Amino acid sequence: MVQDLHRLKETPSQTAGPYVHIGLTPNFCDIRGVYETDLGTAMVNERTLGERISLRGRIFDGGETVLRDGMVEIWQADAAGFHNSPSELRGTADPNFTGWGRCPTSGEDGIFHFDTIKPGRVPYKDGRWMAPHITLWIVARGINIGLHTRAYFSDEADANAADPLLSRIEHRARVETMIAQREGNIYTIDIHLQGPKETVFLDI
Amino acid sequence: MPTQSNQRPETGAFFARDRAWHAPALTPEYKTSILRSPQRPLLSLDGTISEITGPVFGHSMIGELDNDLIHNYARSGESAIGERIIVHGRVLDENARPVRGALLEFWQANAGGRYRHKKETYLAAIDPNFGGCGRTITDDEGHYAFRTVKPGPYPWPNGVNDWRPAHIHFSVFGHGFAQRLITQMYFEGDPMIWKCPIVQTIPDRAAIEQLIAPLDWGQTIPMDARAFKFDIVLRGRRSTLFENRLEGN
Repeated sequence: MVQDLHRLKETPSQTAGPYVHIGLTPNFCDIRGVYETDLGTAMVNERTLGERISLRGRIFDGGETVLRDGMVEIWQADAAGFHNSPSELRGTADPNFTGWGRCPTSGEDGIFHFDTIKPGRVPYKDGRWMAPHITLWIVARGINIGLHTRAYFSDEADANAADPLLSRIEHRARVETMIAQREGNIYTIDIHLQGPKETVFLDI
Repeated sequence: MPTQSNQRPETGAFFARDRAWHAPALTPEYKTSILRSPQRPLLSLDGTISEITGPVFGHSMIGELDNDLIHNYARSGESAIGERIIVHGRVLDENARPVRGALLEFWQANAGGRYRHKKETYLAAIDPNFGGCGRTITDDEGHYAFRTVKPGPYPWPNGVNDWRPAHIHFSVFGHGFAQRLITQMYFEGDPMIWKCPIVQTIPDRAAIEQLIAPLDWGQTIPMDARAFKFDIVLRGRRSTLFENRLEGN
């Protein structure tokens, strides 16, 4: 026998199911009066520093059908590259930027949409700079454990080319699945859960 | 039990997730997973600052009735119909340390097994006094509690005759975005747990049992509400002593 490590096991994940809106965005599904607003709908205010952008997209299943019952959360650094989190020890984040957003995919066209700012760069573990990116977490009916991925930016080609994570993607054609395409101030990224265009998902 | 990691800012990366403990993405008996499961290998990433940080939520955002589903949607002076229960427990990490300030959000069907949602078609009645959502934030020892009615089981379109056991959905934020978790709580003694294709997506029986809340007779309030205890474990962090050199150190 050896000593016990006294570690616990993580609680197993279960699907968010078809009624995730009831719990996470009740106002979105017409449950009014319990919470004043749905959490994560406003990431910025009029004093937030940085370039205003929108991030939007849709989620497709393996049959190329758009998910209209999914939920996306995003997490990102502020314009200077700091996170609004107690674990951020490198500096103080913009107090007018939450860094976190939550949006259900539309029941009509399946679009998710975030009004945010373009994040600054943050370092990889070895000190190299990562390209600017937004972290995404996707849950829905039929997804047993939430899916992590990132959205990088199409107008950051040089930074993307040197990014420590993107550089590790063996099948180079798949790098494109993590790059949001810019048009004006709107970046669009479509998530493909499976199939030839399957998004690169992360085991974080 | 040391709690210093929750008193000081935490900067360690998280233990690698034990994917064998969780359901795989593709679980054909749960049919919706077939077209919604990634088929390529996940790209492994030891957490960077982008994932070991995460949003925090203050106690000030929580309303007085947010953790009382019996009353938070009810008309004044009325209450939701059903078996009155209290669900309570602790949020811990894999190091068995309490996770303070964790936001928990929960949602459920009413006592008849009916959700308040426009896509819901089960013929059980809507309870006009029950919305089905609540939230709370853990205290310094990781404790949480809320009051609700016990949800009913309900049929769902998967197999010809599949039913969900009574359950409550939980969404949990820890201190890092990599800890983000959604799960479901079941009730001790429910024979339907073992017939459910969604429960059975989890391969390990001991992992399923981690989702079953026992009746907590001690915390049961006489003449009022029975209690069920549900502890939640989020991923643990490595001590910063074991981290690679960070920028500037």
